[in-house]
Amino acid sequence: MPETTHVDYSTKIPNNVGLMDDQRVLKALEQWHPGYIDWWMTMGPEGFQTSDVYLRTAVSIDPKGWAKFDYVKMPDYRWGILLAPRHDGRQVNFGAHKGEPAWQEVPGEYRAMLRRLIVVQGDTEPASVEQQRFLGKTAPSLYDMRNLFQVNVEEGRHLWAMVYLLHKYFGKDGREEADELLNRRSGDDDKPRMLGAFNEETPDWLSFFMFTFFTDRDGKMQLESLAQSGFDPLSRTCRFMLTEEAHHMFVGETGVGRAIESTCLAMKAAGIEDPNDIEAVRRLGVIDLPTMQKKANLHFSLSLDLFGSEVSTNAANYYNSGVKGRFQETRIDDDHQLTNAVYPVSKLVDGRIKMVDEPALTAINMRLRDDYVADCSKGVERWNKVIEKAGVNFRLKLPHVAFHRHIGEFQNVKASPDGEVLSDGDWSKRKDQWLPSKADGDFIQSLMAPCWERGKFASWIAPPKVGIDNKGGDFEYVKIHQA
Amino acid sequence: MAKRIDFQTEPRRYRHWKLKFDGDVAELIMDVDETAGLFEGYQLKLNSYDLGVDIELADAVQRLRFEHPEVKVVVLKSGKDRVFCAGANIRMLAGSTHAHKVNFCKFTNETRNAMEDASAASGQKYLCAVRGTAAGGGYELALATDHILLADDGNSSVALPELPLLAVLPGTGGLTRVTDKRKVRRDLADAFCTVEEGVRGARAVKWRLVDQSVPSSKFEQGVKDAARKLAAGSDRPADAKGIQLAPIERRIDADAVTYSAVKVDIDRSTRRATITLQGPATPPPASVADMHAEGAAFWPLRLARELDDAILHLRLNEGEIGVLIFKTQGEAAQVLAYDAFLDASEGHWLAREVLHYWKRVLKRIDVTSRSLVALVEPGSCFAGTLAEIVVACDRSFMLEGSFPGDNRPPAALTLSRLNFGAYPMSNDLSRLATRFLGEPESLDTAKGEIGKPLDAEACETLGLVTAAFDHIDWDDEVRIFLEERASFSADGLTGMEANLRFAGPETMETKIFGRLTAWQNWIFQRPNAAGTEGALKRYGTGVKANFNPERV
Repeated sequence: MPETTHVDYSTKIPNNVGLMDDQRVLKALEQWHPGYIDWWMTMGPEGFQTSDVYLRTAVSIDPKGWAKFDYVKMPDYRWGILLAPRHDGRQVNFGAHKGEPAWQEVPGEYRAMLRRLIVVQGDTEPASVEQQRFLGKTAPSLYDMRNLFQVNVEEGRHLWAMVYLLHKYFGKDGREEADELLNRRSGDDDKPRMLGAFNEETPDWLSFFMFTFFTDRDGKMQLESLAQSGFDPLSRTCRFMLTEEAHHMFVGETGVGRAIESTCLAMKAAGIEDPNDIEAVRRLGVIDLPTMQKKANLHFSLSLDLFGSEVSTNAANYYNSGVKGRFQETRIDDDHQLTNAVYPVSKLVDGRIKMVDEPALTAINMRLRDDYVADCSKGVERWNKVIEKAGVNFRLKLPHVAFHRHIGEFQNVKASPDGEVLSDGDWSKRKDQWLPSKADGDFIQSLMAPCWERGKFASWIAPPKVGIDNKGGDFEYVKIHQA
Repeated sequence: MAKRIDFQTEPRRYRHWKLKFDGDVAELIMDVDETAGLFEGYQLKLNSYDLGVDIELADAVQRLRFEHPEVKVVVLKSGKDRVFCAGANIRMLAGSTHAHKVNFCKFTNETRNAMEDASAASGQKYLCAVRGTAAGGGYELALATDHILLADDGNSSVALPELPLLAVLPGTGGLTRVTDKRKVRRDLADAFCTVEEGVRGARAVKWRLVDQSVPSSKFEQGVKDAARKLAAGSDRPADAKGIQLAPIERRIDADAVTYSAVKVDIDRSTRRATITLQGPATPPPASVADMHAEGAAFWPLRLARELDDAILHLRLNEGEIGVLIFKTQGEAAQVLAYDAFLDASEGHWLAREVLHYWKRVLKRIDVTSRSLVALVEPGSCFAGTLAEIVVACDRSFMLEGSFPGDNRPPAALTLSRLNFGAYPMSNDLSRLATRFLGEPESLDTAKGEIGKPLDAEACETLGLVTAAFDHIDWDDEVRIFLEERASFSADGLTGMEANLRFAGPETMETKIFGRLTAWQNWIFQRPNAAGTEGALKRYGTGVKANFNPERV
């Protein structure tokens, strides 16, 4: 079966890439499949593998109707290989090869580079499933539980997408890397996941929402820039992944938004005007806004680290080679080669944070990060609307990019959320005002009681405006059959 | 690069290294301060190094031998989280003159050889604990150690990415040590050297690139165990106390560098430097305990340190000085007395260190790309260890008789036992054995002359000097030789001298220097690397190099 917009479900592995006719890759994927299922059973959502979950499954890549919803046991989910449609005549749209036909096969000279990019991207997908595997037990509602599992199975599918590319285009090395993707474990001392933020714990649901808002948004930006790739199969893969990724952003943004809403409504009902009266707010069984700010500070800063060094030779090489572009590359009005352009980069100069013009090619990471920050700001504004609407006098804001960083220009400096450079002593004294303390974590943890009754929501989170697939909030999104 | 490069440092002044001691194991921790490069225009990111970093390393390696006889194993590791060492700093290389690059590579090679020498000659073993990436010079550093442990954490790797990344070669013996020391199969070595991201874990062991791959959680213990094992094979003294390598006495003037026992006089108009070595003022100490008490002031050690510094100073700071003229002043009998003392005390750790240090200083002279000439005149003390310098030179001239009005006795040269094996060259032969490669009987004859003062005629007959001249011819002959030398191409001379100095067998060391000179320094000059569109110049810009495809 040739490549098509429709998904072939006749094989064990649903796909729209004509897998039936590609015995080499089919065999490789079939050999990989048992290891994947094994990984899912041991590292996937703990305790819910036999439950029926109301999930969407991709059935087409037609943007108008690409998914269908039904009850599925997660291990039976039809993880498949889905690529966005191929556009005839697509070109490499940036870098030294701009204007050449897009590559349908891996160019030998960029093989190692592309493999590296795909492996790093691929490594994040199972990592977040591992990070979130215990959350089902404390789900604040069946609706949220279902959203968690939807995110999880789709991260699983994204792993499949990357593994397909490795199997199809990178030979023996690719197969070895695909196996390694199943061997690394988030937070494991010996076999950690490749990127720092993916080895952190996701201990509670607020962390999960913050993670999907901030960290999955980094994932979105990375996918956006890989979707620009001159290597067409990578571009098509990422384009389809982005349709799924949108739901993950939605889960994060509305999750935090609903927590905020619940807090504000509870405060109003109790007549608490001071959002900083943390003790009083906490007694209401909701998460106070200053703690939400601290959580945002933490997740934002960890996610910024994922963009790598502001000035980066690797990023420059990726761009110039045509393998990884900028966010919405084709909509940018410039020469798409950047040989003489500059881009302002925030740097530490003589102990002060300043903007310095750097060659635009080497500042690719900085630019993507700027686009990311702008994207995050919009979501934060929507949260502020919720606070405003409730009549609470508080605003959430993103901390300065120099705050709490471990990679790049600011890794060796301590800065406040306002971007003030601090001494080590000042930082130690004040950091608990800005980052969640153990006590904050303990408090959030104390709220994490499961709420699995149909139509019910935990005290700290408001019901959604609308449900999934036009179902109501009281729909039985998960039929729990615990193993 | 007009700034004077100083090779003298001490642990208190280190910016890039830390030393920690725990009984017979020392940790040598690389933690490069990225803001403390030797020159402007680059940052030493990811534990990358420049000459300044290597000067500190060389100092540490040296001090470990003299100041810490109790140390049996040196654990080389990184002070940074996710990187072991990224090798020589590329922007530094791209911004350096060709001469600086060559001298930088030469010095870093000498430092790595010194690590191997510490292990082979003094039982001070090196263990490399690689956590994070060891790329290029970073892996070459590891290659210079006795045992390499690589963390198996999915991230740590060893790599020689010079060719794919920079269109150059590993400059500190990487290729040679991969094939000759670690004996990696050539096709695997070829694959290894073309994959930018390098090799990790079990494959690195399988290919013999490292000795052990250890899970991250067991890494510290693995390092400890490996250190214990290496220590068991060391013959370092358990209870000896080190000596302090106090700062050397040195004054630098515009045209002279003056040490306690070495004087360098520079004549810029003729591009010559005269290096005068002063013989000992006092007899050797009565016992090894007295030698130990003298410490760094012990004449052979003091002279070696000063000569070492002088040679390095001339190499890096006096690039246009083409001819080095060696002279000595002092009592030959005293020099021989020191030789006899060292020879008799060879079993003592400090005497052993002094002898091996002289070996390294003499090797440093061997690979110095300047014309070397010794002038053996009345009042000189070219005896034993100092006579070795005469044999190290490209040419040597000796005065027959005396200059008119000079009532000192005529010049003599005396050999000691040390001239016959204590100071092997990089080809593993003594300088005399190398000199007499085609006439082994001359080596035996010379051996028969040990301890006898040999006058000019005898030296000429024995083949110990190039020519003997009387006072009538001396000035003119020496002048003509020096003027002729100055007229030749500096590059041609460098190449010719390096070819002629190392007769005889190849060793890993001769290969490393020879191939560095022949291949790397050639590639460093070629447009594919160093041209405006070359890989070295374009590194870091994201713009691809433009290669000329012609194979030469």
